[in-house]
Amino acid sequence: MAALLSKSGADLLFSGSDWDFATLARAHDAIEQVAREDLRLDVYPSQLEIITSEQMLDAYASIGLPLMYRHWSFGKHFLYQELLYRKGGRGLAYELVINSDPCIVYLMEENTMALQALVTAHAAFGHNHFFKNNHLFRQWTDAGAILSYMDFAKRYIADCEERHGTDAVEAVLDSAHALMDQGVFRYRHPPKLSSERQREGIRERLDYEARIYDDLWRTLPSAKASEQLDETEEKAADRKRALNLPQENILYFLEKNSLVLEPWQREVLRIVRIIAQYFYPQRQTQVMNEGCATFVHYTIMNTLFDRHRINESAMLEILHNHSNVVFQPAFDDPRYSGINPYTLGFDMMQDIKRIATAPTAEDRDWFPDIAGNGDWRATLLDAWANHRDESFIRQYLSPALMRKWRFFVLNDTAGEAHYEVGPIHNERGYEKVRTALANSYDIGETRPNIQVTDVDLLGDRRLRLQHKVKDGILLDEKSRDATLRHICKLWGYEVSLAGIDMQTGASIYERSSAEIVQ
Amino acid sequence: MPIFIDRRLNPKDKSLGNRQRFLRRARGELKRSIREHFRAGKIADIDSGQNVSVPAGGTDEPRFEEAGDSGRRQHVLPGNREFVTGDRVLKPGQGDGAGSKPSREDSEDDFRFMLSREEVLELFFEDLELPDMVKLNLKEVLAFRPRRAGFAATGAPTNINVGRTMRNSLGRRLALKRPKNSELEAVRQELEELEAGCQNDAASARIALLLAELELLERRRRVIAYVDPVDIRFNRFEAQPVLNANAVMFCLMDVSGSMGEREKDLAKRFFVLLHLFLKRRYDRTEIVFIRHTHEAQEVDEETFFYSTQSGGTVVSTALEEMRNVIDARYPPSDWNIYAAQASDGDNFVSDSQHCITLLEETIMPRCQYFAYVEIIDERESHIFGATPNGTALWHAYSAVKDNWPNFQMTRIAKAADIYPVFRQLFTRQPAAGRKGR
Repeated sequence: MAALLSKSGADLLFSGSDWDFATLARAHDAIEQVAREDLRLDVYPSQLEIITSEQMLDAYASIGLPLMYRHWSFGKHFLYQELLYRKGGRGLAYELVINSDPCIVYLMEENTMALQALVTAHAAFGHNHFFKNNHLFRQWTDAGAILSYMDFAKRYIADCEERHGTDAVEAVLDSAHALMDQGVFRYRHPPKLSSERQREGIRERLDYEARIYDDLWRTLPSAKASEQLDETEEKAADRKRALNLPQENILYFLEKNSLVLEPWQREVLRIVRIIAQYFYPQRQTQVMNEGCATFVHYTIMNTLFDRHRINESAMLEILHNHSNVVFQPAFDDPRYSGINPYTLGFDMMQDIKRIATAPTAEDRDWFPDIAGNGDWRATLLDAWANHRDESFIRQYLSPALMRKWRFFVLNDTAGEAHYEVGPIHNERGYEKVRTALANSYDIGETRPNIQVTDVDLLGDRRLRLQHKVKDGILLDEKSRDATLRHICKLWGYEVSLAGIDMQTGASIYERSSAEIVQ
Repeated sequence: MPIFIDRRLNPKDKSLGNRQRFLRRARGELKRSIREHFRAGKIADIDSGQNVSVPAGGTDEPRFEEAGDSGRRQHVLPGNREFVTGDRVLKPGQGDGAGSKPSREDSEDDFRFMLSREEVLELFFEDLELPDMVKLNLKEVLAFRPRRAGFAATGAPTNINVGRTMRNSLGRRLALKRPKNSELEAVRQELEELEAGCQNDAASARIALLLAELELLERRRRVIAYVDPVDIRFNRFEAQPVLNANAVMFCLMDVSGSMGEREKDLAKRFFVLLHLFLKRRYDRTEIVFIRHTHEAQEVDEETFFYSTQSGGTVVSTALEEMRNVIDARYPPSDWNIYAAQASDGDNFVSDSQHCITLLEETIMPRCQYFAYVEIIDERESHIFGATPNGTALWHAYSAVKDNWPNFQMTRIAKAADIYPVFRQLFTRQPAAGRKGR
C-alpha cells in the first residue's frame, strides 16, 4: 500500500496550486504525449508566454495580436474592457492563443497550476491543432508569415504617421476599419502574403518614384493631344476590364482602383484588409474552434487523471472551471446571452464520440457513415479538418443533441407584436431546426451582402454598390450613412448604394453619398 | 520541451499610446457633451463632486449593420419547455412577454466611461482664461526682484565686489611690476644703515644710487596705483520679473428688494461659476464677496449666496467698500484684481454719476478686469439684446466701458445664457485687445 502510494505520488505531475517553469514543462510534456499519441493531434510547436492581467488587457485591446499598429479604437476597446474588468463585470480569459507558427499561447500568471495545465491542453493543443489542420486556416491564412507581417505593418504605419501626420493616417484607418467586414475575399483565395524581400522591393520602388519625381515634366507641352486622348480612352477601357466587377472585397477594390489615394494610403488599406482576412476563418469557426479546444482539454485531463498523473483536488478544480466554461443557460434565463460556442461545440463533439462508439438506432438512421465505426478520433480529426461552423452543424447536429438542448426556432417578423414559434425538437422539426441553426452561423447569411457592381471611370466616376437584401432585412440607416461617408472619403467621388431584393430583384432603396450631409 | 517566455517583466501599458489617442479623439466630443450638460443642468451641481458620465458617441466605429427593426429572421434558442410549433409569443416591450429577445450584439458602443469632477472641469475651462493673464505673467510684469547676475565694470559703490576687484588689482600690479613694500623697505633700510655708518666715497656713491632707486621706486608706486579704477568690479544685478500670480476676485452683488428670486438665482449661478473657475485657475486666489443694498458690506461666501437682506439700491456703496478693501488688504502691486458685479440695473437716481467717478478714478486704474453682468427679464432680452438702451446703471457703465478696454458688460436673461456669456467675458483676449492695458 505504501509502495503504491509513493508510486502514484511520484507519477503526479504536480500537487498544490503553485507553479514554476519546471512543473509547467513537465505538465506540457505529459499533455503533449497524450495529445500526440492518444488523440493523434498534429500541432505547431508552441511558445508559452506568461503574462500579467494588465498585459492580458493590453492583448485584448490589440485584438489579440502581439504586435499591432496604434489606433484610437484599440484604446477605446481597452477602456471598455478595463471598465468591465474593474467593475467585476467580466473576468479575464485564462489564456489567449494566436494562430501563428510557432503557436503563441499567453498564460495568465494568476492561474493555479491546475488551471495552467488545463489551459495548456486547451490552447497549446486544442486550438493549435485546429489552426494547423482546419482547411479554412490552411487555405486562407498564413500562420508562418503573420508575425513578420504585423511587425512590418506596425512599423509602416508608425513611419506613415511620422511622414504624414497622425491625423492623416488616423483618417485613413478610420475609413478602412469601417470597411473591415467588406475587406475580405469570400469567393476566391487571397494571394499569399508576399515575402519580406518582395515587400521591401515594393517599398523601395515607391520611395524611388517619390525621390525622382520632378514637377518640371508636367510643364512640357503635350505634343499630340488627339493621340493621347485615344490612349487614355484605351487605358480606361482596359482599366474597366481589369476592374473585375462585381467585387465583394470593397477595400481591395478601393486599394487598387481609387483615383484619389496616395501610395501610402493604399498600403494602409492593404494592411487593414490583410488583417481582416486573417481573422475571417476565425469568425467562421468559432463553435468548432472552441469546441475542439474544449473537447481536447476535457479528454486529455481525464486521461491524465485516469493515469494518476493528476490528483483529485486538481481534477476537481479543473472540472469546476470546465463546467463554468460550458455553462449554457436557457433562453429565458436572465443570464442568457446567446448560444455558448464552447458548449455547443463541446457537446457536438462529445455526441460524435458517442455516435461513433455507442450509436442508437436513430443515430444509425441519421449518420450511417459514422455511427458505430468505433474510431471517434479519426471521425473528429476529419470533422476538425474539413468543416466550418455552418457545415459542421448541418452535418453533425444529431436529434439526440437537439432534444438535450431543447432547441426551437422563433420566427421574428419586424412590425408584428408576436414571435411565432417555428419548428421545435421533434420528428418534424429536426431538419428545420438544424438548418436554421446552421444558417445562423453562416457568415454569408448573417452579414449584409454588399458588392461593388459598377463604376464609370470615364463619366461621373460614381461608385455603385449593391446590397442584396435578404428576407427584407435592411441596413441600419445611421451606420449605413456613416459608412458610406467613409467609402466616399476613400473613393473621392460620389458613392451610391442600392438595395436589391435578393428573391425578386426589385429595387428597395437607393442612397447616394451626395444625399448625406458631410 | 516547449519554449517558455516570461513576459511579466516586460514594460507595462503597451496600449497607453492607444488610450491617449482615444482620449484625444474623444476630447472634442467630451467637451461638447459637457457644454450641453452645463448649459442645461444646474451649474451649482458641479461643485458637489459628482461624476459626470459621458457617452462615447463621437467615437463610434460605423460599419454596415443590419437594422433590427426590419425583415424576417429566425432565431434558434435553447431551453424550450412548453412551446410547440405555431405558438405565438408576445415580443418583449409589448407587454409581459415570456420570451426574451435574443441578442448577440455587443453593447460596446453604449458604454459610458466616467470622468472625475476634476477632468470635467479641466475640459470645461480648457480654453478659458482670465483676461490678459498670460500677458501679465509673461510680458508686463509689475514686480521685479534684483537678482545677482555676474559682474559689471560700472555700478554703485555699495555694490563693489571686493574680492574680484582685489584680484584684478593684484594681477595688474604683478604685470606692471609695481614695487612691493618689502623692496622699498629694503632700499630704505640700506640707505639708513649707510647714512648712519661711516661716510666715504663708496658709501655716498651707493647712497646716491640708492636714493635714485628709491625715487624711481616711489615714482613707480605713485604712478601704478594699488587699486586702479580699472580694477574695480561691481556686483551686477538684473531685475528679474516676479510672477505675480496672486489674484483677488471681488464679487459684487445687489441683494436689494428689486432683485427678485430669479435675478438672485441667476447672479448666484454666475458667481458660482466664477468661483469654480478661479479656484481652478489660480493657486493662490482670494475672493471677496461684497453685497449691497443701500449700504454695502463684505460678507463670507455662505452669507453672500444664501442669506437675504432688504433695502434700497445704492451701487456706489459697494464700489466704495471694494475700494476700501483694496486699500486695506490688496495693494495692486501685489495682487491682480478682478471684479465682477451682478445687478438688475436699478440704482438710486443720483448715484450713477458717483459710480462713474469712483470707477474711473479709483477702481479701474487698479483693476485688471471688471465685468458687469446685468440680469434682465426674459421678455426684455429681445428688446435690449443688442441695443445701447437700458437701465440707469447700464447707461452709466457704458460711458466707463468706452474709456476702459478692460471693462466688460453684458446681459443675462436666462440660465442657459450664463455659460455663453461667461465664455464671452473671460475668453482669451484677441491679440489686438492685449494692447489695451
